[in-house]
Amino acid sequence: MAPSSRHRLLSVLVENRSGVLARVAGLFSRRGYNIYSLAVAPTDDERFSRITVVVDVESAPLEQIVKQLHKLVNVLKIVELDPYAAVERELMMATVSADPDKRGQVIELVEVFGGSILDVGVDQLTVCLAEEPSRLDDFEELVRPYGIVSIQRSGQLALPKLDRRARLRSVAQRTA
Amino acid sequence: MKLTGAQALIKSLEMQGVEVIFGMPGGAILPVYDPIIDSPIRHILVRHEQGAGHAAEGYAQVTGRPGVLMVTSGPAATNVVTPLADAYMDSVPLVCITGQVGTQSIGTDAFQEADTTGITMSITKHNWLVTDASQIPTVVAQAFHVATTGRPGPVLIDIPKDVSNGTMEWYWPEDPAAGLPGYRPTLRGHPRMVREAARLIGEAERPVIYAGGGILKARASAALARLVELTGIPVVTTLMARGAFPDDHPLCLGMPGMHGNFTAITALQKSDLLIALGARFDDRVTGRIDAFAPDAKVIHVDVDPAELGKVRQPDVPIVGDCRLVIEDLAEVIESERVRSAESGRQAPDLGPWMAQVRQWQERYPLRYDQPEQGVLKPQFVIERLRDATPDDTIVVSGVGQHQMWASQYWKFNHPNTWVNSGGLGTMGFAVPAAIGAKVGQPGRTVWAIDGDGCFQMTAQELVTAASERIPIKVAILNNAYLGMVRQWQEMFYDQRYSEVYLSPDLPDYVKWAEAMGCVALRVESPEEVDPAIDKASNVDDRPVVIEFRTDATEMVYPMVPAGASNDDVVVGPAQGEGGH
Ligand SMILES: Cc1ncc(C[n+]2csc(CCOP(=O)(O)OP(=O)(O)O)c2C)c(N)n1
Ligand SMILES: [Mg+2]
Repeated sequence: MAPSSRHRLLSVLVENRSGVLARVAGLFSRRGYNIYSLAVAPTDDERFSRITVVVDVESAPLEQIVKQLHKLVNVLKIVELDPYAAVERELMMATVSADPDKRGQVIELVEVFGGSILDVGVDQLTVCLAEEPSRLDDFEELVRPYGIVSIQRSGQLALPKLDRRARLRSVAQRTA
Repeated sequence: MKLTGAQALIKSLEMQGVEVIFGMPGGAILPVYDPIIDSPIRHILVRHEQGAGHAAEGYAQVTGRPGVLMVTSGPAATNVVTPLADAYMDSVPLVCITGQVGTQSIGTDAFQEADTTGITMSITKHNWLVTDASQIPTVVAQAFHVATTGRPGPVLIDIPKDVSNGTMEWYWPEDPAAGLPGYRPTLRGHPRMVREAARLIGEAERPVIYAGGGILKARASAALARLVELTGIPVVTTLMARGAFPDDHPLCLGMPGMHGNFTAITALQKSDLLIALGARFDDRVTGRIDAFAPDAKVIHVDVDPAELGKVRQPDVPIVGDCRLVIEDLAEVIESERVRSAESGRQAPDLGPWMAQVRQWQERYPLRYDQPEQGVLKPQFVIERLRDATPDDTIVVSGVGQHQMWASQYWKFNHPNTWVNSGGLGTMGFAVPAAIGAKVGQPGRTVWAIDGDGCFQMTAQELVTAASERIPIKVAILNNAYLGMVRQWQEMFYDQRYSEVYLSPDLPDYVKWAEAMGCVALRVESPEEVDPAIDKASNVDDRPVVIEFRTDATEMVYPMVPAGASNDDVVVGPAQGEGGH
């Protein structure tokens, strides 16, 4: 399910060392904070990793969560991403029942959502979508009647939206 | 220069200026115990690793320098969990070195393997598993840096046996912070916030300074004294801050909280401005939080940003080192004064507020009744001890009623003369912590005021004290009970006493103490108190234990029952008229 109003999105830059994820996860459980989803991988600079975490702010005030996270020695930077000022994606892989006579309909749905077909079986399809979390919810709802065999979602990823005004200005300056 | 990992470790500790290590050897740490023989660092062999941890805490609390302990893997590492948790709660700088099984064996359930870094993750400020001998100097330098800067706390270095047996080319890192990109404590308060704090102070009619343990950690006692002189604002000192501002100062109101005195509790409660300095609004201080100091604005200064707003939303949050912020604040207040005087503006008169405070003090003093003969009151023992010992005596306590009485009835006139387990409330803290305190301040008299229950948890460290010639003094307030628990059962469980009786005679404390190499005395009546203290004061070459047989039914008052509002403080039968 897509996050709701009780959720906030944090992008946490950490040192890429063994045990750092355990420290972050340990902090959340020790302080009673709930993690809604979490995705982690090294950044382009392999000394660092980025943890994109959706937290439940009903379990604790966001300010406390951020401050406690900051106290971890391996945490370098925390940014709260405002959904209106961020681009967000989540990956979903799903295996869906699709008898040969229904297969066309499922494929059509996947295409509407800009997904792709990863694998085809006798009466099942495995599909893949990278979309905003709420769009994944929509897709899930629509394929449910066909029969969902299994679904795997990655947790949300996000980066801040680029400042378009600034860019226009610099383009304008260049042309001037 | 080629060194083994073990040699590099000891040399790194020497580079850090370590003068003493508390510890016990064992399999995985064996390589490191060899170069200790050739090092000027003193090693004190404890009888239980928990004792090493508390001793290191006591050392750290009286010197302001980090305490160092070293133990082996597995059971030894788990034995230090309690003192690490204790130090974490009370922000005590410790560096704990643990041995670990060889890197090839990690994860195989090898003999004496425990996931030490995993177990201690949530009770250390940071910990490290060293995987190569070449990392040792860097990690040690980082560990001391993290333990002692910002909000101090315990750190742990886990060293596998093959790493300490390995070799490395010696070096010493120039800047320990270089490899810690995510660690940069803020020390200077934000000037705008400091000015805002000064403005609130200038407008307050009923201000109180709520001084916490952070004052001691930041060595801010002198700065605090200057702020008080400048403003005339009264000060409460929490359990962790006793001595941070002298009890004999007329503006010192003493300890607030669950067993604080009426005036300190009520002054906070009725205040219109709390100036919280290095304090964390602990539940034992605030009582029911939504009823705590309802009319007060709050200025909150702490070096740990996460403390600001954790419990109570401050009106003026200031992240910074207490000493630096208080100094800045005093400066701003002083220059504001000059400016207001020039413009004819006047700060509110604190006279009526202080008159009210004095009235509370007169009406509700701390009091108990010691009959001339017969049963010995614990408070009487503490007062006699206080009056018979030097002004700068270091007092170390266990956890329970005796701890509260010690904090209430002692007069702490110097910083770092009160050592106790405040946040975690660890029974068994006193004896080993007193040993560490005496090692840190060998010229000072160190008294442990302990309970009979607590004493039984870590008494064996008196063997350490006797064999290492560390002449601490221990007063056991033997009330034959787990007294604090008994008090709760008396008050809140209809006097249904469940598993709190200990017996006054079993063990025989005098024989036990003597067997551990101490001078031991027993005191059963009021008139024996002074002579026994005299005798103890004259022993200088070994530890002394006095067992005081005290009234088993005595209760700690005042008391704010758990979960109640601080408005509902119970002052107790002997103290003042009204109350509740
Ligand atoms: C390690 C530990 N276990 C249990 C407790 C709970 N506890 C708090 S005070 C207390 C009684 C302490 O008894 P004693 O040392 O005789 O002190 P008294 O209260 O009688 O002065 C107990 C059991 C604790 N604080 N720490
Ligand atoms: Mg007792």
